[in-house]
Amino acid sequence: MTVVAEPTPSGTVLATVRTRLVDWIPAIVVFCAGIAVWQLSIEIFNIQKFLLPKPGAIISAFWTQRGALWRAGWLTLKEALGGFALGSAAGILVATVLARFRRLGEALMPIAIAANAVPIIAFSPIFNAWFDPLSSKPRMATAGVLCFFPVMVNTLRGLTSVRPAQVELMRSYAGGELQIFRRVRIPTALPFVFSALKVATVLAMIGAIVADYFGSFGSLGITIKNSVALFDFETAWAAILMASILGVLMYVAVSLVERIVLQWDPTRQERGTA
Amino acid sequence: MTVVAISGVTKTFPKGHVTALQEIDLQIEPGEFVSLIGPSGCGKSTLLRVIGDLTAPSAGTVEVNGKSAHHARLDHDYGMVFQDSVLFDWRTVAKNIGLPLEMLGFDRSRRKQRVDEMLQLVELQGFGDHHPWQLSGGMQMRVAIARALAFEPALLLMDEPFGALDEMTRERLNIELLDIWRRMSSTIVFVTHSISEAVFLSTKVVVMSPRPGRVAGTVDIDLPQPRSGDTREDPRFFQKVTEVRELLRGVGADEHGSVLAEERA
Repeated sequence: MTVVAEPTPSGTVLATVRTRLVDWIPAIVVFCAGIAVWQLSIEIFNIQKFLLPKPGAIISAFWTQRGALWRAGWLTLKEALGGFALGSAAGILVATVLARFRRLGEALMPIAIAANAVPIIAFSPIFNAWFDPLSSKPRMATAGVLCFFPVMVNTLRGLTSVRPAQVELMRSYAGGELQIFRRVRIPTALPFVFSALKVATVLAMIGAIVADYFGSFGSLGITIKNSVALFDFETAWAAILMASILGVLMYVAVSLVERIVLQWDPTRQERGTA
Repeated sequence: MTVVAISGVTKTFPKGHVTALQEIDLQIEPGEFVSLIGPSGCGKSTLLRVIGDLTAPSAGTVEVNGKSAHHARLDHDYGMVFQDSVLFDWRTVAKNIGLPLEMLGFDRSRRKQRVDEMLQLVELQGFGDHHPWQLSGGMQMRVAIARALAFEPALLLMDEPFGALDEMTRERLNIELLDIWRRMSSTIVFVTHSISEAVFLSTKVVVMSPRPGRVAGTVDIDLPQPRSGDTREDPRFFQKVTEVRELLRGVGADEHGSVLAEERA
């Protein structure tokens, strides 16, 4: 009996962390170099701070106003998270129904694609009229609608891209539609769902911030808008930094869940095993 | 009791008006190892799928264990092995083998016991926790066979299971399959396009002709059991191979001209 090379990664957690860090070194070096070039070029070329403040000034503004920025960030994060949760859940739900009733799916798909081409962000002021503008509902709605389409389309593609032989195998065991759905369609769809969810985290943050611009109270978007109006560009950039940090955190959180759930996925295995 | 009784089975596909099978009659008795062989387009895979109720015949009847093929499928009367191993990447080897047992409602401990037996049968002890993509093609096929046998079906339907494997792996798996067949005392219907594989494995070879798919003849293979590497060097083995080859030549398997002429007509 031939035994193929054992791809099971060996070694301790510490060794794994160390190799991970080594992998990250080039990215960290490039990032630091970029910041240094930024800082130096402002000093050398005497760039006005309304065009681009120094990174040092942004960081110090971020630090001195960290409390206010965090409160604003938390408000915007709640809008983004709420929209992400609602939009993604609705996307997955609709995709599931459309996968079950293919005729309906075929009828609705062109409409969905056309609707997806609509710049949804343009509806943001309208949502202020639809929902209570003093609450975070209109911002959540913008973020949610932005998340809905990519999640729905990708989930549907995942649910319907099962291999016919796997369905036949299930039939040979007298498995019904429900069994096939549970044991074949859902696992096949999961990688599609997760890549859509990662895109959705970014869209949710964009939706929340832009919707903030159209009227909200104490949020990150409004902090950016008001600071710019007051020529306080350091604060505006600090707020953008906060928005970026929160966006990255959402993305990383989904990636971590993906990593745990999709441990089995051969396309995700690092360093070309098997 | 006859395991598979096929009478007057015709299968036409509405798209392109293709007649895949025409008036097939075939009886398969318990303990037989029957190979279906023929050139591509002879409907050998379609016939196997008709037996397994994965596709319905346009006319005629198929009985498996005295029941309609449909009832036999719902009763889990057969295990199926496809050309590709059709393993689920998201399940470990053990869970892949346990899949039919889950669907038959075996509880956890009985499932584990059966899976361990099956891993031993196909000599994959210690690989239960691996994922399918961590195994070689031959090992994956052994997992697929173990999965098909896990619930001890009396009938095993195999659709060119070793077609994608290299010659050496294939010959080794042939011997392993015969070993399993003897120990499980099951009935096997095996689709292949390899003459030597069909002769080596089978107690009966059914030669099929293409367009429309018909049974051109059957050859009983009375080579001594158990068969081994030596069987392949037995003069009687060559004699049977020649006999099957002659039948295939008769149906135009190696003469594209006759097949093409029929298509033009």
